[in-house]
Amino acid sequence: MATVTLRDVRKSFGRTEVIHGVDIDVADGEFIVIVGPSGCGKSTLLRMVAGLETVTEGEVLIDGARVNEKEPMDRDIAMVFQNYALYPHMSVFDNMAYGLKIAKVPKAEIRERVQVAAKLLQLEPYLGRKPRELSGGQRQRVAMGRAIVRKPAVFLFDEPLSNLDAKLRVQMRLEIKQLQRELGVTALYVTHDQVEAMTLADRMLVMNAGTADQIGAPLEVYADPRTEFVAGFIGSPPTNFLDAGKLGETGGAARMGMRPEHIRITEPGAARVAAQVLYTELLGAETLVHTRLDDGTLVTIRQEGAALPPKEGARVGLTWQAEDEMLFGGDGLRV
Amino acid sequence: MSRPPRKATEPPRRRGRIPPSGMVETRGAGLWLTHAGLIVGIAFIFFPIWLAFVASTVSQAEIVHPPMPLWPGDQFLANYRKALVSGINAPVALMLFNSAVMAIGIALGKIAISILSAFAIVYFRFPFRQVFFWLIFLTLMLPVEVRIVPTYEVVAGFGMLNSYSGLILPLIASATATFLFRQFFMTVPDELAEAARVDGARPMRFFLDILLPMSRTNMAALFVILFIYGWNQYLWPLLITTDPSMNTIVMGIKQMFPSGDDIADWPVIMATSILAMLPPVIVVVGMQRLFIRGLVESEK
Repeated sequence: MATVTLRDVRKSFGRTEVIHGVDIDVADGEFIVIVGPSGCGKSTLLRMVAGLETVTEGEVLIDGARVNEKEPMDRDIAMVFQNYALYPHMSVFDNMAYGLKIAKVPKAEIRERVQVAAKLLQLEPYLGRKPRELSGGQRQRVAMGRAIVRKPAVFLFDEPLSNLDAKLRVQMRLEIKQLQRELGVTALYVTHDQVEAMTLADRMLVMNAGTADQIGAPLEVYADPRTEFVAGFIGSPPTNFLDAGKLGETGGAARMGMRPEHIRITEPGAARVAAQVLYTELLGAETLVHTRLDDGTLVTIRQEGAALPPKEGARVGLTWQAEDEMLFGGDGLRV
Repeated sequence: MSRPPRKATEPPRRRGRIPPSGMVETRGAGLWLTHAGLIVGIAFIFFPIWLAFVASTVSQAEIVHPPMPLWPGDQFLANYRKALVSGINAPVALMLFNSAVMAIGIALGKIAISILSAFAIVYFRFPFRQVFFWLIFLTLMLPVEVRIVPTYEVVAGFGMLNSYSGLILPLIASATATFLFRQFFMTVPDELAEAARVDGARPMRFFLDILLPMSRTNMAALFVILFIYGWNQYLWPLLITTDPSMNTIVMGIKQMFPSGDDIADWPVIMATSILAMLPPVIVVVGMQRLFIRGLVESEK
């Protein structure tokens, strides 16, 4: 159990700077999700905390102590990799026990710790098997077990669920959250999937092209995005962006963000803007209505499934409440 | 190693089923023709060996008196005993032992050195890494025959003539094996090395615990190739072993040929030839499964 602090952490590969200074204080036992599109530097950031990547500038502190120069094994961390990185020639037991064996933990204790972890992850029947004889979900569990048995101060997850199918991903997501709560270990979790970020995080860090655009609790980030990028990246279906000038907005805003669930469909006459319905997606619990404004902007509206969907091709009006508007300046920042 | 279980999803083979693409099924006359071709081919290869075997089981008189017999005689035990125990210059048993020491020494030494150098080249960043790799690669162009005079000079200078180390050491570096291991190591995912680092394994520990067991099949395949390479060495042992007790079997056979007016003891020479062929055959047959696995698949 430990805190993790990043102080103006920067990373350059050759002359290209890929991370432009990230600051965050992670509290003890907190679950932080680093989320962003691919290539934004989120994995690099995690690997710097792990010690697999050198820190070009700035400081990484684990439990208050600077670890920039320390090897991964001396940082008291455990990491779960995207492709699991299990040792193919070792049994599940040996995979989980390897780190302890190197640390010269007594044999009886190794056996006990592996047993406890195996029980926690429902891996007991598979301890004698080789990784290639396991399914994807089971391999994922072994990778987690390998992290758990070491009783690290910090868990690092590098897109651990992206190799699983959708159903398993949802299940493993819950298990990871539950496990982290149970063990009370500080965790940093990298993902490109904003649903994973929303559901897992105590706080999330939204990365955009090497900078941390916003750090905050998921709902807070969702409700109050600080930049246009965050508003567009977090939430599914994504936020609609309208030209603020054409709507007659003031305050120097260039664009207006509007979440799909905040827009209501009304008669064309009394509405804020008029639109044409392109097509509707009936998902049961909800209905997504895709429309096009007269200036060509596409706008998605989310309705309750019980509400009557408009006919495709129909002219409708769109309206919303002023307090739901998110106004952004020309630089992408919130006005 | 147990064989992986047959895939349960594979449907039973039915008559008239279209064979999977890439496989050609020949039937009728074509099938017989193919087999006839194969049998003729095998006969061509096998006949000289059969003749050697026959010659090793008859007496000297029967060989020199034409026509040459085509069926084994009754001197099998006598000839082989004579070859193994007394030989002509040196007992064949001793030459077999010398050859075995040299072949195993070369094979193991080559594997040990090349796997370590491949490890260094793939996993460590040091100045002139690529230069070193290409230097190793360049030595492919310098087989023993090309560098034999300077190598002899060096070995003689170290006083290693007529010794096992003299037989083994000059042949022990292998660019081919280094290259093979390098290619294999480059297919090992980086995350594996990183996971080991997080687990606390220092580089040599990672090498011993993870890379080495993973290269098992590659090592077995290389061992077969290199053992045969070492066993068949002819020119080098011929140069540096003057003492008959250090002769290896492949050159020893040549040494058995008569010089001048001596009479060649053909049955014993042929018995020696057959004996010289056996160890490589045993190694190939014994390690066939591992050998093929090492060449066609890599466990990841």
